[in-house]
Amino acid sequence: MKYEVVIGCEVHVQLQTRSKAFCRCPNTFGGEPNSRVCPVCMGLPGSLPVTNSAMIEAAILAGLALDCDIAGVTKFDRKHYVYPDLPKGYQISQFDMPICTGGHIDIPASDGSLRRVRIIRVHMEEDAGKNIHPDDGRSVSYLDYNRCGTPLLEIVSEPDLRAPQEASAYVQAIREILRAVGVSDCNMEEGSLRCDANINLWVYEDGKKYATPIAEIKNMNSFRSIRNALEYEVKRQVREWEQSRLLLEVAGKTTRGYLEAKGITVLQRAKEEASDYRYFPEPDLKPISISREMIDALKARVGALPAERRRRYIGEYGITEQDALNLTSSAAMADFFEAAAAGHPEPKRISNFILAEVKKYLNQRSIGVDELAVDARAFRRLIDLVDAGKISGKIAKEVFVDMADTGKDALAIIEEKGLIQIDNSDAIAQAVDEVIVENPDSAADYKNGKEKAIGFLMGQVMKKTKGKANPAMAIQLLRAKLK
Amino acid sequence: MSFPVFWISMMNDRRLNGLTLSEMRRALQAGEVSSVELVEAFRNAWEEDSSNEKPVNGYVEFFADAAQQARKADEARAAGGHGKLLGLPIAVKDNIQIAGRLTTCASNILQGYRAPYSATVIERLEAAGAVFLGRANMDEFAMGSSCEYSCYGAVRNPHDRDRTAGGSSGGSAALVAAKQAPFALGSDTGGSVRLPASFCGVYGLKPSYGTLSRYGLVAFGSSLDQIGFLARSVEDLQLVLSVAAAGVDPRDQTSEKTGFENAGPLRARSLSGLTIGIPGQLVSEAVDPQVLQVFDEFRRWLESAGAKTRVISIPVLDACVAMYYIIAPAEASSNLSRFDGVKYGRRAAGAENLDAMYEKTREEGFGPEVKRRILIGNYVLSSGYYDAYYKKAQGVRALLQQRMDAVFEEVDLLASPTSPTPPFRLGEKVDDPLAMYLTDICTTPANLTKSPALSLPGGRTSDGLPVGVQLTGRRFCEMTLLETAYSWEREHAG
Repeated sequence: MKYEVVIGCEVHVQLQTRSKAFCRCPNTFGGEPNSRVCPVCMGLPGSLPVTNSAMIEAAILAGLALDCDIAGVTKFDRKHYVYPDLPKGYQISQFDMPICTGGHIDIPASDGSLRRVRIIRVHMEEDAGKNIHPDDGRSVSYLDYNRCGTPLLEIVSEPDLRAPQEASAYVQAIREILRAVGVSDCNMEEGSLRCDANINLWVYEDGKKYATPIAEIKNMNSFRSIRNALEYEVKRQVREWEQSRLLLEVAGKTTRGYLEAKGITVLQRAKEEASDYRYFPEPDLKPISISREMIDALKARVGALPAERRRRYIGEYGITEQDALNLTSSAAMADFFEAAAAGHPEPKRISNFILAEVKKYLNQRSIGVDELAVDARAFRRLIDLVDAGKISGKIAKEVFVDMADTGKDALAIIEEKGLIQIDNSDAIAQAVDEVIVENPDSAADYKNGKEKAIGFLMGQVMKKTKGKANPAMAIQLLRAKLK
Repeated sequence: MSFPVFWISMMNDRRLNGLTLSEMRRALQAGEVSSVELVEAFRNAWEEDSSNEKPVNGYVEFFADAAQQARKADEARAAGGHGKLLGLPIAVKDNIQIAGRLTTCASNILQGYRAPYSATVIERLEAAGAVFLGRANMDEFAMGSSCEYSCYGAVRNPHDRDRTAGGSSGGSAALVAAKQAPFALGSDTGGSVRLPASFCGVYGLKPSYGTLSRYGLVAFGSSLDQIGFLARSVEDLQLVLSVAAAGVDPRDQTSEKTGFENAGPLRARSLSGLTIGIPGQLVSEAVDPQVLQVFDEFRRWLESAGAKTRVISIPVLDACVAMYYIIAPAEASSNLSRFDGVKYGRRAAGAENLDAMYEKTREEGFGPEVKRRILIGNYVLSSGYYDAYYKKAQGVRALLQQRMDAVFEEVDLLASPTSPTPPFRLGEKVDDPLAMYLTDICTTPANLTKSPALSLPGGRTSDGLPVGVQLTGRRFCEMTLLETAYSWEREHAG
């Protein structure tokens, strides 16, 4: 059985505005229950919403960062459903005129290539409150409306993701981008970023393609749980297909919740009842015009976004797509790279060093580049020492680890440890002579045209000089002597 | 010859009760009367009427502290205070919130609900020194044209106690007509100020949508609602308008700058140069002949005062009631979904789960007309019907706006009867929703087009029942309406 996994994501992000979406209550996390509420966010009779312009700006910034088109005119609509944590009985949302449409994000695909995930729309809405069910057996529920009216963005992707880890990478990329433009802290634990995923399979059998029923997966509260929940769901759907051969057009869409403790998804709502939200334009709010000037002003604030940085790295620095993707995996990493590479004739060499040595160091210690004891300027001084021929690239790797461990400067370390490269041709020539004498077979091989043998001999020279020989001089001398 | 003391006081009451707000204002300024005396006069009138076999039933609460408010106003005046409405008593419809006081919209579902904040209009009136007499009866959630759909019982028309006062601000209009209040706030979504003004023989003003802040008015049809006034004189309308419309309210995005706060005293104006259009549909044979007769007299007066009148045809006007009874219930069904027993107001007892709690609360809490409109509203917004009803109604509304804009290129005002009939009998239409809805044929256009409209007491039927005449103007041209009505009042009042 051959199948393809198909995933689309709906991501909700709380915007970091000072006040809530439609009132002046502080937009912060937590607090004594029902302490950050007013008649407007509580939806009390007679209250009216007033749009927070900071929310509009944040939504436009996010839209620009996600390569979306920004609407010239947008409006709010009422979305109706009944739930105790929704105090008005409707949510102020956007229906047919969302503020942003048609963007995309590029993420590393599971096969190592680049995956373009199209974004259908980004719209603004208000968050609801929270139900609290005490677990002491009493049959009461409490309601905390503090979160009511928190401005949210809903970002809806096309079903372009093809693997659970891609979904996780996609959400991480959204977090990276929205953090970079400063509109949200995208903290999954505090719920300022929430993700629901629609997942099904395209099964290929007997030259035909079958779509299995779509499941909407909820309650995924970390990047790991996104991956785990969807991996579980793939297995479950494969099993279900094999047992029932149920098709999408027959079974429709179900909603499933992820139980993190058990690592499984469970059915929450069977075949989705055609939910009728009875949308209509919010009569309390006027449509909003967004001027070209406003968009241009915000564009300047968007600054260097991952996608734009990647374009530059590939185009100007000659860095591969994959490396560019890795360098922009976090804004801090990209900042580090750019600061280190500033004015350097070969940024690619710096990129190689970072992606190999620096990443290795960070991974081993599970820290971020912003926690590294070596800043970009100190790192650049290390590279400059290599460029100046003071140390070899190999020695530089060791020196980097020392720098990162001790926080000392590169020059101090190489002086302390006597690692300065041997530029003295006599000293190198002596080592070369010794190596040729000690390895007559390899020397003969090289003379007989086996180019590879020179590598081995070089290695021996470096070993003899404890890595300090200037490699360029050493190889030159080797070739000369073996002519 | 001497009268017992209480008799003199009654005479005084009667005299005080008949004053307009502006007359009271002058009397207060001259020190001829105190605010406390005024409040007591209205309290006495209300108490006296309450013991009547068929009481007007205009107040659902006469504020126990009304005299205390009045005393404060008198003290403020003694201390040199000079708020524009200092010490002037005003009744408030039960859907406009005053902080700390009950606001129930005449509904069981809001029994016991105390407003945690004041409406912007209330704040402005309060800042100008107004004294609030009490809460006026109304149709539940302002849905009705007869003031019979109230959990406090129907309002009776002071001119004929077996007839309705009109709705939904029937309590407000009846109180002014019965001299239990000199002035009252109402609200007008499809005629709810003007229709009762017409039925009760008082002045009613629905300002343009956006003139007054809606903040604190319990929403019915958000794109149509506007607080309005019921008064005994045109001058009074202008006086309170100048206080209530004091600039844009940052809490209501749909409020607009009007400049009415700076309008000087009203002047009677010559009507020469004014062209007044009369929509043919609203003076057709479908209208009661006695109403037509009063309207014809008004038309003759307009011409005698120098105005040109002509009958015009606005075909889309025929669709107003249909449009209105789609758009208003749609918005109402949405606005009223917050009343679910979870947070405030009444919660039904004995429900075994959440869904049952919702169901019982709304079943017990809402009256029949409110339920009817919630059902209609949900229906016209539901997928599959949205395009055929709500969307189409909004499309026709936009068309109506275009036509009205074109009409107001050619005429300065529209004149028509306010209601196609004189006040009807209690119970006459209460079981016939369609007949009840058709009562709004003359009044809904102004709400749909956001225009200002005013009802003035044009005359009476042979049975002595009041008949109103309506003037409708361009948006934010309230002053033209008021000046025209003032000219009429100067020649006819008294």
